[in-house]
Parts: sequence; structure tokens; C-alpha cells
Amino acid sequence: MTRTLARLLQAPSVILLLLWMVVPLGMTIYFSTIRYQLLYPERSGFVGWSNYEFFFTDPAFWPAILNTLTLVGSVLIITVGLGLAIALLIDRSFPGRGVLRVLLISPFFIMPTVNALLWKNMMLHPIYGLFAVFAGFFGLEPIEWLKDAPLLSVIMIVSWQWTPFAILIFITSLQNFDSEQKEAALLDGAGFRARFIYLILPHLARPIAVVIMIQTIFHLSIFAEIFVTTSGGPGVQSTNLAFLIFAQALQGFDVGVASAGGVLAIILANIVAFFLIRMIGRNLAV
Amino acid sequence: MAGLELTSVKKSFGGVAIIHGIDLSIRSGEFIVFVGPSGCGKSTLLRLIAGLETTLEGNIRIGERDVTTADPGDRGVAMVFQTYALYPHMSVRENMGFGLRMNGVDKDDIRKRVDRAADILHLDRLLERKPSELSGGQRQRVAIGRAIVREPEVFLFDEPLSNLDAELRVRMRLEIANLHKRLGATMIYVTHDQIEAMTLADRIVVLKDGLIEQVGSPIELYDDPDNAFVAGFIGSPRMNFLDAKVVAVEGDHTTVSLVDFDDIHVRLELERPLAVGSAARLGIRPEHFDASAEIALTVPIEVIENLGGIAYAYARTEDGNPLIIDIKGDRNVVEGKDFTARFDAARAYLFDPETGLRLR
Repeated sequence: MTRTLARLLQAPSVILLLLWMVVPLGMTIYFSTIRYQLLYPERSGFVGWSNYEFFFTDPAFWPAILNTLTLVGSVLIITVGLGLAIALLIDRSFPGRGVLRVLLISPFFIMPTVNALLWKNMMLHPIYGLFAVFAGFFGLEPIEWLKDAPLLSVIMIVSWQWTPFAILIFITSLQNFDSEQKEAALLDGAGFRARFIYLILPHLARPIAVVIMIQTIFHLSIFAEIFVTTSGGPGVQSTNLAFLIFAQALQGFDVGVASAGGVLAIILANIVAFFLIRMIGRNLAV
Repeated sequence: MAGLELTSVKKSFGGVAIIHGIDLSIRSGEFIVFVGPSGCGKSTLLRLIAGLETTLEGNIRIGERDVTTADPGDRGVAMVFQTYALYPHMSVRENMGFGLRMNGVDKDDIRKRVDRAADILHLDRLLERKPSELSGGQRQRVAIGRAIVREPEVFLFDEPLSNLDAELRVRMRLEIANLHKRLGATMIYVTHDQIEAMTLADRIVVLKDGLIEQVGSPIELYDDPDNAFVAGFIGSPRMNFLDAKVVAVEGDHTTVSLVDFDDIHVRLELERPLAVGSAARLGIRPEHFDASAEIALTVPIEVIENLGGIAYAYARTEDGNPLIIDIKGDRNVVEGKDFTARFDAARAYLFDPETGLRLR
């Protein structure tokens, strides 16, 4: 009786959540199997796998997958590495520590669009950009970042935004590190390297896992930074899966193919999540 | 194993002096206990010896070596912390062997030495566990094991038993005493618990406000305190202090009258006679009241704490000064009634009321 009642009382929220998830997913799957061209609304009807085939055989598809994985992987390595280094560096008391922390964390509060605009016009611009000014100072030819190294530019922009997130998580965790443990290690004759490998890294295993999980989820769907800076170009050099889907839907006006891409993106995200959870799930369980 | 020599060691934090200049000589194999109220600098002194704080002035020598500026890992000391400070991600075996591994000892040797220490401390069956799977007493033993394995010249203990429950504390106290006998190592032990100090120490160092008040064996400190602070700190319950006034001096005998009990005179033997009329404080330990003694003090009893074998009566003199009397389980003493406590003059101590120094 109480079980039935409990189920009944839970039902509304469970049903709502289910609808929330199932309806868009269902619609995406449905659209991916019909002909749905915004320019030719009169042509419709079930087309089977042909939208998928079209998306797969698009010459931009494999580069987009590769770019997505490169982008996620590089940003993860840079943010976790830099985040660790900076967090360790500022985990001591010195004058101006509070101000410095706020400054270090502030890039995270900037909107992705604004961040990308800022980098595009103030850092990477071949004439006005800070990098160009530096290059000019040393008498070098300024690099046209967005043209010559588009994916690297996007990686820099996203890393700049997300390193503060890693710092924030790591520094809070470092603050819980038992100072007597550090002292015991000092007495045991452990130098900084040994303390880092045997004490600090194991202590940070869980926050590192959290940072990797959250960032992976966000970086698989990076869009604003690419849209504002390179628009996926030149060619498809900086097109990732999210941008390819956008290009299909709103530049090619083909909702059907874009939906097929969306379904593929869901599958890709699940594959990545599966490996991630297997890889770092153990750390979370401890 | 080595002795230890502190020469006018000073330390301050942010301009506030904590240790004012400590001179102390510790013999090889001695068990030294630092006691004192909180904030007296006993833990700071231990951390200075360990190298966890930098010494501002003065010298620290361990054995023949001057270690004043040496790194903590190079001093040949091992420390047991109050919170144990075990490495949570390592097994007991790894915890105990970590120091050796850091010093490049080879694997077989580490294994042998860890096994030997585990045998001494009865940790054999726990070696593969993580610290989180151990009880408080077991963690304490692992922390001690971590120190033993390194075979240091000096062991340092920073209030190691204060996180354990009463029963376990008594057991671990005995284990530490046995360990000292077995290893014969130099040990320095910080505590605020005077029972630990009295039972473990070869010599006790009583500290107050960053200065040494007195150094001596437990019995010396108990029988022959140099000042009122040591007299009050050593012994439980603490010594009673009564205001007194010198009324007569004849040769090496001085007679004082107790201000709270106006007609009672106590005649004491003093090497250095006092001026008639000068003030003094008379100290008498609760356990030195004895029904067959000569001097009688009559006081109203407020509360009795009866522990069966021993019983303490808490009284208050007419002027409101507290007086604690060990009534040796006397069942006839009643709360709220007057009681006559007796003591011998030979059991009393005299202190200077201004400086607190012992008047001998």
C-alpha cells in the first residue's frame, strides 16, 4: 500500500522528467528519418537511413569528429596541467593573495561569446592583437592565428576560459590537505616532487576526476567560440560536430540531416562518457 | 641514539616571543617529557627540535651534529603527531616504509624493517589495510611504527594519546613505556596530562610562558618543587595554598601563622630565615593531610568526591579560599559539616607570594 502510494506521489515528477527527455529525443530521431528541407517544404516523407548516410559521407564529417576529440583532449590536458600548477603555486599565504585569486578566477565568469570576441580582436588579431604587437617588438612576422592555426586558436580561447575552473576546484581541495601530513612527509625526508606524487596527487584524484568529467561534457558541444572566431574555417579546419550540425541545419537548411547529426552526437557523447566513467569512476567511488 | 643539546633557543611568531631562551641538555636514551599549560610553548619547542619551525636564535645539537638549520628529514628525528598524520592513500606497510623509501633504502631491507616493527607493535595482520580501516588505537600504533622503522636518533611525540579514550590511553601509555625500555632510544614527549608525564618520564621539563620552570625527575618535582607553579602543576588534585605571615624566627626555625586560621601556627625548618612580619604562602598537598598529624585546621566541607579507595573533600576557609583534603576514604566525613584536617609541618612548603619562588 505504502509502496503504491509512494510510486503514485513520485509519478508526476518522474513522468515530467521523462517527457522532458523523451520528447526532444523522439522528435530528433523522427526528424532524422524524414525528408525535412526548409527550402523545399513540399518534399517530405520517410527516407530511412539516407539522412545518416548523407551526414556520414559528408567530407566534413570525419574532420569534424577528429577536431572535436582534439579540442576536448587538448583543452583537458592544458586546463588540468595549468590548473594544478597555478593552484599549487598560490596555495600559500602571501600579500595580495585574495586579489590574485579573484583575478585568476575571473575569466570563468566571462560569457563564451564575449571571451571569443575579446581574443579575436585584442589578442589574436594580426594587426591590433597583443600577440602581433609582441611579434612586432621582436621584429617577427605576426601570425594570422585564425587563418593559419584555427583549431589551436580555439583551443587557446577555451583553455583560457576553463583553466580558472580547474584552479578553483583544485585550490579548494588543496586547502583541505592536512598540514600534519605534509610535516610527517617532511620528517620522512620527502622532497617536493615526492610529496606531489605520493601525497598531493592522490589527494587531488577526485577533484581531477570531477574537472575532467564536467569539462568533457561542456567541451563536446563547444559552439560559440567557433562561431564568433573562425566559423569553422578555413574550410573545415576548425569545424567540430556541434558546428557541423549547425551548418547543416541553418546554413544548409536541412533539418533532417542536422537531426541525424544530432543523434550521432548523442551516441558519441555516450561513448566518451562510458570510457570516462570506467576510467575515473573508481576515483569517485572511494 | 644520541643526546640533545639546546642552547638559548628562541622563537617568536610575528614579533610575539613564544620561546624566550631555553637551555636544556638531554642525555642519550633519556625519556624527557615537556609539560605545561596550553600556550606555554611546549609544542613549539618540539617543532623547533623537529625542524618544522625555524630557530630564530640559539643552537640545537643532536649527538655531535649542529642541526639548527638542517632540514627536518636530515636531523635523524622521527615524530608521532597528535592526529597521527598517516598517509590516507597508502597501506599500513607503505606508510611505515615511506621514510625509508625516501631515503633510498632497498626494498628487501624496507620489508624486513617494517616486519620487525610490526612485530613489536602487533600490527602483523593489519599491514595491508588502509588507515581508514583502522581504529584509533591501531592508527596510533601505525604512527609509532612509522617512527620506529626509521631507527631515528631521537623520537618526538606531540600529545600522541590525547585523541584516544581513557582506557586505550592507559594501555598505550604502558606500550610506550615498554617501547622505551626495549629500544632504549632518546624520546621527547609533549603532553598536558601530568599522569602521562609522571609515569613515563625519566625527567620532566615544566614549561610556562616559553621558559623552563624546573627540570627534574617526577619524584624530585613532586617532593621538591622550586616554585609555586611547579608545586601546583605537579600532583593531582593540585596543592592547596594558604596565606601565611611570619610571626617568629628562632635559629633555623621559622614560625608562620595562617591568615585564614588566625591562631594556628606552623613551625618550619628553613635554611634562610625570613623577616618577622613578612608575608608567605604555605603549600600543602591534599594527600598529605593525615588524621594523626599535629596541626589541625577546622573547615566546613562543601562537597565530597568519593571514589571508594580515595575520597576528596572540597572545603572553603572563612575567607573563601578553597581547600582540598584527601580524607582517605573516611566514611564519617559528611558534606555540610565541619571537619578537622590535620597535617605535619614537615609536609608543608613555603613560597614567596610575590615571585612564587620556594622559600627553603
